[in-house]
Amino acid sequence: MSATAEPFAELPVAPKPALRRFHQARWDEPIIFELSSPGQRGIGVPAADVPAVELPDAVRRKTPPALPEMAQLHVLRHYVRLSQENLGVDVNIAVGQGTCTMKYSPKVNDTFVRDPRIAELHPAQPEDTVQGVLEVYWRLEQMLKEISGMARVSLQPNSGSAAIYANIAMIRAYHAHNGEAEQRDQVITTMFSHPSNAACAKTAGFEVITLMPDANGHPDIEALRAAVGPRTAALLITNPEDTGIYNPRIAEFVELVHEAGGLACYDQANANGILGITRAADAGFDLCHFNLHKTFSTPHMCGGPAGGASGVSERLAPFLPGPTVERDGDRYFLDADRPLSVGKIRPYLGVTPNVVRAYAWIMTLGAEGLRQVAETAVLNNNYLMHKVLQIPGASVQWDKRRLEQVRYSWRELSEETGVHSEEIGVRAADFGVHYWTSHHPYLVPEPFTLEPTESYSKADLDEYAAVLAHVADEARRDPQFVKNAPYNQTIHKIDPTPLDDPKQWAPTWRAYVRKHLS
Amino acid sequence: MRVGLVVNPVAGLGGPAGLKGSDGAEVQREARARGAGARAGERAAAALRALRAARPDAVVVTVPGPMGADSAGAECELVPFTPTEPSTADDTRAAVRALAPHVDVLLFAGGDGTARDVLDAAPGRPVLGIPAGVKVYSGCFAVSPAAAGLAAAEFAGETAEAEVVDLDEEAYRAGRVSPRLYGTLAVPAARVRLSGRKTGSSAAAPDSVAAIARDVVAGMRPGVRYVLGPGATTLAIGRELGLPTTLLGVDVVADGLLVGADVSERELLALVDGGEAEAVVSVIGGQGFVLGRGNQQISPHVLRRILTGRQPVEAAPAGAGPGGAPTRPSADGLPVRRPRGGRGGLTVLATRVKLAALGGRPLLADTGDPDVDDLVSGFTHIVTGYAERVPYRIVPASKEFYQ
Ligand SMILES: Cc1ncc(COP(=O)(O)O)c(C=O)c1O
Repeated sequence: MSATAEPFAELPVAPKPALRRFHQARWDEPIIFELSSPGQRGIGVPAADVPAVELPDAVRRKTPPALPEMAQLHVLRHYVRLSQENLGVDVNIAVGQGTCTMKYSPKVNDTFVRDPRIAELHPAQPEDTVQGVLEVYWRLEQMLKEISGMARVSLQPNSGSAAIYANIAMIRAYHAHNGEAEQRDQVITTMFSHPSNAACAKTAGFEVITLMPDANGHPDIEALRAAVGPRTAALLITNPEDTGIYNPRIAEFVELVHEAGGLACYDQANANGILGITRAADAGFDLCHFNLHKTFSTPHMCGGPAGGASGVSERLAPFLPGPTVERDGDRYFLDADRPLSVGKIRPYLGVTPNVVRAYAWIMTLGAEGLRQVAETAVLNNNYLMHKVLQIPGASVQWDKRRLEQVRYSWRELSEETGVHSEEIGVRAADFGVHYWTSHHPYLVPEPFTLEPTESYSKADLDEYAAVLAHVADEARRDPQFVKNAPYNQTIHKIDPTPLDDPKQWAPTWRAYVRKHLS
Repeated sequence: MRVGLVVNPVAGLGGPAGLKGSDGAEVQREARARGAGARAGERAAAALRALRAARPDAVVVTVPGPMGADSAGAECELVPFTPTEPSTADDTRAAVRALAPHVDVLLFAGGDGTARDVLDAAPGRPVLGIPAGVKVYSGCFAVSPAAAGLAAAEFAGETAEAEVVDLDEEAYRAGRVSPRLYGTLAVPAARVRLSGRKTGSSAAAPDSVAAIARDVVAGMRPGVRYVLGPGATTLAIGRELGLPTTLLGVDVVADGLLVGADVSERELLALVDGGEAEAVVSVIGGQGFVLGRGNQQISPHVLRRILTGRQPVEAAPAGAGPGGAPTRPSADGLPVRRPRGGRGGLTVLATRVKLAALGGRPLLADTGDPDVDDLVSGFTHIVTGYAERVPYRIVPASKEFYQ
């Protein structure tokens, strides 16, 4: 380096390559129960200076709970390591989890949740000591009423599926109230509606009738005509469906079901394409639900407790889960005296942290902001679709406009190279992004579902599309290389079969020990 | 244009007889003894009607007698040829060789075995199958006789390769399904639908199949005779009932008993006579056929007897059996399913995976009798699982020409 040269006139490091040289952390971290070491403690709790309470024998533990015994540092380190072995919204361009609406959850909203006035509330506190949080519940209900056009909204459900279950429970109660519970034993849904609709209806004891798509990718209205009748309890439908295609005849669907005496229930878990543009009530729906963790930005919280909201029209309001939050002048109170209510969908009020976050999110945006969310999400999606469809081998099945998400297909690429969509998604993870394919069964062959939401920038979407283009190109040049992926991940391939095998699956450590270690 | 025609006059003979195929003189004799008639000639004639309607100037070239001229009518050109009596696979091969040099495209009426004979003869011309056999699982067949005629009429020189597959009939009769790929034939690259090759069996999805079987069994009503078509899905019903039903035959169960195993059309007619009956059939994966492929025992006669003069089954109130008698809860505590509503008489079973694989194409009925095909067509609630239905369209195969 010459003495005259500006030391920083030239870049000190080489420019970044077009694609990120990502490498996932790999800590080889055990399960926390395996880290337990007898006698270790996070906090040395001082001896109590009050006399011990004599508990009745029946509620006394015979053996202490099998909790991990660990020091604070080790607990912290464990969870930070796990968080590094992850691909969440906070680290990747999370447009690949289509239908899940992985938008940014503003960090400022977490400060309200951490505030001791929320964080330290006890769910069983007397009403007059929790007026503030009751007001948040009440106000969020008013906002969601406005957004959906419904008469009442319950914030009790824990998740989208819990909200759908609350809705089907209300549908069942409504027909029972009219003396038609026995007669109306069928629920109609569609192949591209979220499968929780079919699952909840089934759990509630209904026969499930699923409509297939027609040649345009819309649910087949002729099949609906053939399906409705005196046995119809309700239609449970998502719109736009998983494909991102909006059903332009949705009001007709509702009408056909109403004519048969059934109810119409709108799965608006993901309302990101229609927020502030159209409302469930405007299409004549009797019930709807939102996922606070999709449309209203709260964290998904690993599938729960996230937050669901069930909206109903006037005629179904008496059946809402309870207690409901009511206002009397300046005072808020819980009303549990509702004889037709389906009862509690979960204990206490709801997932308060997410109710607070959703409330804060709507308050920062206002009505115009909400509409702008939808418009930006739809614009982002159509931009990304434009980029993806330029990749040779990628396609969409129906030549229809899409709203907030698209189910794409690698059919051509797969026929040419033998590489499957799952494998392309796994290889994409080597570049720090990932995607999800589709619910089952695959109607769109070799599917992948992308949903960019309003959160991502043009540069983000370009980067994401560039990763897919690169992997598609690799598949052509060296299919086996893609099939052997991932290379830069925490773990190599996972065998998904235990997930479908009740003898193997283990949602808890106790189940794991029972099924695999003993 | 010149269109050749070869008919395997014994194709399809074994179907109604419950013989799962028609290969071999012994089987053919047995089939006739069980009252079966061949239907290949009739189906070849239907194909030619469609050809001549679309293309009156087409010249049909064929061989004399039941292997062609009997179906082709007076206006055809004959190539001299003398088959043995009764004709054999050798005759099919020889007829193909004799006709091929004189035609633009050759239609052959038969099943997978016939397709193999055509393949062996190395025709050197585009060919297309008129579906007339018991097993029609090869891709070189049109979806129906009329579609075959139309494809020939529209043939303009472009071809595509289509597979010839066949099952070993001995193994098939013994209940082992083992399709084998024998080769490919050049077929007209038409917009007209080919039959598509049969895809995997439902045995690959044991859980959904068991759930379907459970649904059907839970909905069974006393006194009704259930005619179970061939296949892994219907076999699961036998398993659910604890009855030794057959994989490939047509069986009849009633009131928890097997009242007919692997029956012929004639036996079936007697079994469904008089009382209420219901045909329970599954979908051929990839092709979408529900009637007329592999289950010819459930013939137009049988279906008429089951379907006509029968009131649609009105859903009985839950918790009440037929005649209002209270039903017992099933042994496993699951609620007893209500009888299936809808048209009644025909229950179609398919996993959702199988329906999804059809890519939106309708299900097909090709019983050989257009009126019966019409009778079963329209939306049917396909049983796809326990308390799960998919309304799906059945159309007569003869009306499903285009891709
Ligand atoms: C349209 C739709 N409905 C319902 C759900 C179910 O929501 P949750 O996962 O909160 O139960 C989802 C989530 O995937 C969804 O996308």
